[in-house]
Amino acid sequence: MSLALDTLTILAVCAGAFFFLAGTVGLLRFPDALSRLHGLTKADNLGVGLVVFGLLLQTTGPIAATKLVSVWLLTLLAGATVTQLIARVLRPDGPPE
Amino acid sequence: MALDVGLVLFVLGVAVWTVAARDAFSAVIGFVVYGLLLALVWMRLAAPDVALTEAAIGSGLTGGLLLGTSTRLRGTETPATGKKSVTGLRLAAALLCSLASIGLAMIVLLLPEPAPTLAPQAAANMAATGLGNPVTAVLMAYRAIDTLLETVVLLLALLGVWSLTPDRFWGGLPGRGRNADPEGVLTFAVQLLVPVGILIGVHIFWVGSVAPGGEFQGATILAAMWILAAMAGLVDAPRVSRRGLRLMLVAGPAVFFAIGLAGFAMAGAFLAYPEARAKLLILTIEVPVTLSIAVTLALLVAGPPERTPQQ
Repeated sequence: MSLALDTLTILAVCAGAFFFLAGTVGLLRFPDALSRLHGLTKADNLGVGLVVFGLLLQTTGPIAATKLVSVWLLTLLAGATVTQLIARVLRPDGPPE
Repeated sequence: MALDVGLVLFVLGVAVWTVAARDAFSAVIGFVVYGLLLALVWMRLAAPDVALTEAAIGSGLTGGLLLGTSTRLRGTETPATGKKSVTGLRLAAALLCSLASIGLAMIVLLLPEPAPTLAPQAAANMAATGLGNPVTAVLMAYRAIDTLLETVVLLLALLGVWSLTPDRFWGGLPGRGRNADPEGVLTFAVQLLVPVGILIGVHIFWVGSVAPGGEFQGATILAAMWILAAMAGLVDAPRVSRRGLRLMLVAGPAVFFAIGLAGFAMAGAFLAYPEARAKLLILTIEVPVTLSIAVTLALLVAGPPERTPQQ
C-alpha cells in the first residue's frame, strides 16, 4: 500500500514539475503578454495542484492536509486574480470582436 | 549538496542582475526575487524564523515600499542614468560592498572550531521564560531590549515618512480614498482573501511562542491585508491626526517600556520578568506590540498624507 502511495506521489510531483517547466518555457517563448499569462497559469493551477496532490498522499494528519489544500486554493485565487488584472491593463477596451 | 550549490549560485546571479538592472523598477523586482531566494537559503540552514521574517518583511514589505518609491521616481529617473558621476558612485559602492563581503567571509572562515555559541545556554534557560520557541525566548526575554528598540525604530521611520507631508495636508489622509469597483476582480479576491489572511496573521503571531512565527511576521501579514483592502479601494486610510490611531501606534512600545520599568520592582532589572509570571508578561507585551507594528507598517506603505483632513 505504501509503495503504491509513494509511486503515486512521485508521479504526481513529477507531473507537477513538468507543468512548471512547461509554464516557464511558455513565459520565455510565447510571443505576446496574453499568451505568456496563459502559460503561467498552467504552472499555477496544474503545477501546484499536482504537487499538492502528491504531497497530500504523504500527510499524516488532517491539519497538515488542510494546510496543503489551503496553499493550493490561495495560489489559485491569487493567480486567477492577478492574471485578470494584468490582462485588463493590457487590453483596456475589452476583448476583440 | 547540489541543491545548495545551485541555490547559492542562483542567489548570487539574481544579486548581480539586481545591481546591473537598467531601471529602478526592474531592480526592485530583482530585489524581491532575491529576498524570496534568501528565505529558501534560511530554510536550508534550518532557520525557519529568519526565513519567515525575510519573506514577510525583507522581501514582501520592503519590496512593496521600494515598488511604490520607484513608481514615484519614474519621471526623474531617465536623466539620471548614464552620467559619469553615477558610474563613479557605483564603483565606490561596489568597492565598499566587496570589502564588507570579504570581511564577513574572513570572519566566518576564521571562526575557531567549534564556533562559539550561546545556543546551549539559550535552550537550557528556556523553561524560565515559559516559551517553547528559543528564537522567541531570545527576542522577548534574553535580548528584549533589542526588540523594544526595534519597535521604536519603526515608529521613527513612520515619523520620517509623515514629515514629508506638505503643510496643507498635515493631519490629513494618505492615499486616494475609497474607489472600489463593486464588480471588480480585485474587489472579489480581496473580500475572499482578507479574512483568511487575518486568520493566518493571528495564527503566525500566536504560534510564535512554541513554533516559528511571532509578532513581526504576524503583524506584517495583518498589515498586508489592510494594504490589499486599501489597494482595492475597499477601505480608506485614517486621518493621521486621529487620537485612536496614534494610541495604537505607541501602545506597543509604551506597554513594552512600562513592563520593562516594572522589571526593576518585580525582578531587580530593566526588562527582567519574575519567573512565575514570565509568559503572561511576555504575552501582555506581545499583543499591543503586534498591533502597533501592524498599524505602523500599513501606514508606512500608505505614505505621507495627500489629502486635507476635511476630505
